[in-house]
Amino acid sequence: MEGFELFRQGAEGRIFKGVYLGKPAIAKERFVKKYRHPDLDSHLTKERIKSESRSIIRCKSAGIRTPALYLVDFNRRTIFMEYFENSIVVKDFIAQASNEVISKLALKIGAVLGKMHANSIIHGDLTTSNMLLVNKNGQKSYSNLQDLELIFIDFGLSHVESSAEDKGVDLYVLERALISTHSTASEIFDQVLEGYKLENKSGFKEVLAKFKEVQARGRKRTMVG
Amino acid sequence: MVIALGLEGSANKLGIGVIKDGEVLSNCRRTYITPPGEGFLPKETAEHHRKNVISVLRDALNQSGVKPAEIDVICYTKGPGMGAPLASVAVVARTLAQLWDKPLLGVNHCIGHIEMGRLITKATNPTVLYVSGGNTQVIAYSRHKYRIFGETIDIAVGNCLDRFARVLKLPNDPSPGYNIEQMAKKGKKFIELPYCVKGMDVSFSGILTFMEERADKFLKQGYSPEDLCFSLQETLFAMLVETTERALAHCDSREVLIVGGVGCNERLQEMMKQMCEERGAKLFATDERFCIDNGVMIAQAGYEMFKSGTRMKWEECFITQRYRTDEVEVTWRED
Ligand SMILES: Nc1ncnc2c1ncn2[C@@H]1O[C@H](COP(=O)(O)OP(=O)(O)OP(=O)(O)O)[C@@H](O)[C@H]1O
Ligand SMILES: [Mg+2]
Repeated sequence: MEGFELFRQGAEGRIFKGVYLGKPAIAKERFVKKYRHPDLDSHLTKERIKSESRSIIRCKSAGIRTPALYLVDFNRRTIFMEYFENSIVVKDFIAQASNEVISKLALKIGAVLGKMHANSIIHGDLTTSNMLLVNKNGQKSYSNLQDLELIFIDFGLSHVESSAEDKGVDLYVLERALISTHSTASEIFDQVLEGYKLENKSGFKEVLAKFKEVQARGRKRTMVG
Repeated sequence: MVIALGLEGSANKLGIGVIKDGEVLSNCRRTYITPPGEGFLPKETAEHHRKNVISVLRDALNQSGVKPAEIDVICYTKGPGMGAPLASVAVVARTLAQLWDKPLLGVNHCIGHIEMGRLITKATNPTVLYVSGGNTQVIAYSRHKYRIFGETIDIAVGNCLDRFARVLKLPNDPSPGYNIEQMAKKGKKFIELPYCVKGMDVSFSGILTFMEERADKFLKQGYSPEDLCFSLQETLFAMLVETTERALAHCDSREVLIVGGVGCNERLQEMMKQMCEERGAKLFATDERFCIDNGVMIAQAGYEMFKSGTRMKWEECFITQRYRTDEVEVTWRED
């Protein structure tokens, strides 16, 4: 991977930054995890690469913006995709934004997620680390939400499924990620649901019911030391 | 100087310990062990605790060299756990508090594990993997709470191991998990099992059902019981390490602490260590004295609460089977 330099070590792999066919790109390399059995490792890595590329393409045909997919290289366990120069991770954005702005952003998050679910795409790892806000005018400024486009990334754990159960679990994962990370989680999540309803009108009721069911299961689980 | 007495009995371990300003003076434990193929039930477990609590208490006091008059606070497990065993120990704690006229503190069991782990390993702000017979959580501290980033969405990892041990009829002495670990060391052939990770959450019930339904078939096909233990451990632990790594990346943390009974599994520790090394983080773990449920961890968490000014009214000193880690306001940490 000539010309690519290490830029971040995520949970799944290393992210390198460089240029692919003249365009700024990242290479996400799911390197061998020595801690796990080689059979399990190669199986999981293949699955994750397939899931990530499949969902990016499915998003594209549904009109949901994600990083564009450039190249999938199974031998090098690497996916090449579009790099967003001027972007901020939603987790960091929320940490410095006003409640009013956060509420608007949450509505957007819900809307994009609703659209994804309406297209049977389950993200599988919904956290505010896996969402970017990209400046549409090519500037390094993140002060005005109107200039920012919300983009979901990291589809390694995603899958295609139309049932309400998996969508409910997806929402549950998001709710819990919000609670653990952000102090105004419940306000954020309420707005997410509002946005979701707008984009997944027909599915909303059933998904919400499933979400509540999964949530109740979690609360009821007795814990023994 | 603060001296705390801690009493624990939320599951099948009865533990009592004394701690003095971070120094462990005693740590006594007795475990209720059931025959192979059987799990422990609340009623019998509580009976075991009732029968043994006085003699374990006596041992803990004698070994510590502390006289009742010198104790500053009595701490017991308020929850989570099994109702009857919890109550059997809480009654003793309440009695001692009245008899000796001492303040009483109900401690969250999970917080006990975390604070004991921090004390022994000196980890400052670790991402915590809490794995035991009843719990599977990935925890990190922020804004005066131990927040749950990931957890099992069905059964605990220890429960999955214990129930699989019953399928193979492995002995419960010293613990089913320990015996699976020894068997797994001799396993060679890896069988692919369901692998279920959802973000930072995990699910184990599918793997257990898969194993319960197919164990006989695998054995007939020429896989050994050791191979089954090996494959199960490799799969379960890979899921735990993966979700811990995800939380680590999400929180930008550089420390991992493993606590809870499954945490003394050396294969789990080894896998976690490899993951940590690959990303420049450091692993902290303890051995069975402190990993497995014990009384001194309840004393340590109670000590921290007591020193930071927490006092509980008599009416607050009840037990509760459900008591989430993130319900507790962490008053003893400044960060
Ligand atoms: N297309 C992109 N453009 C700009 N930055 C990106 C892009 N993709 C990823 N990043 C950055 O890299 C980080 C990790 O990427 P990603 O989530 O895809 O990988 P990961 O290995 O699953 O990591 P983690 O689980 O830690 O989020 C993101 O949080 C983001 O900061
Ligand atoms: Mg990610």
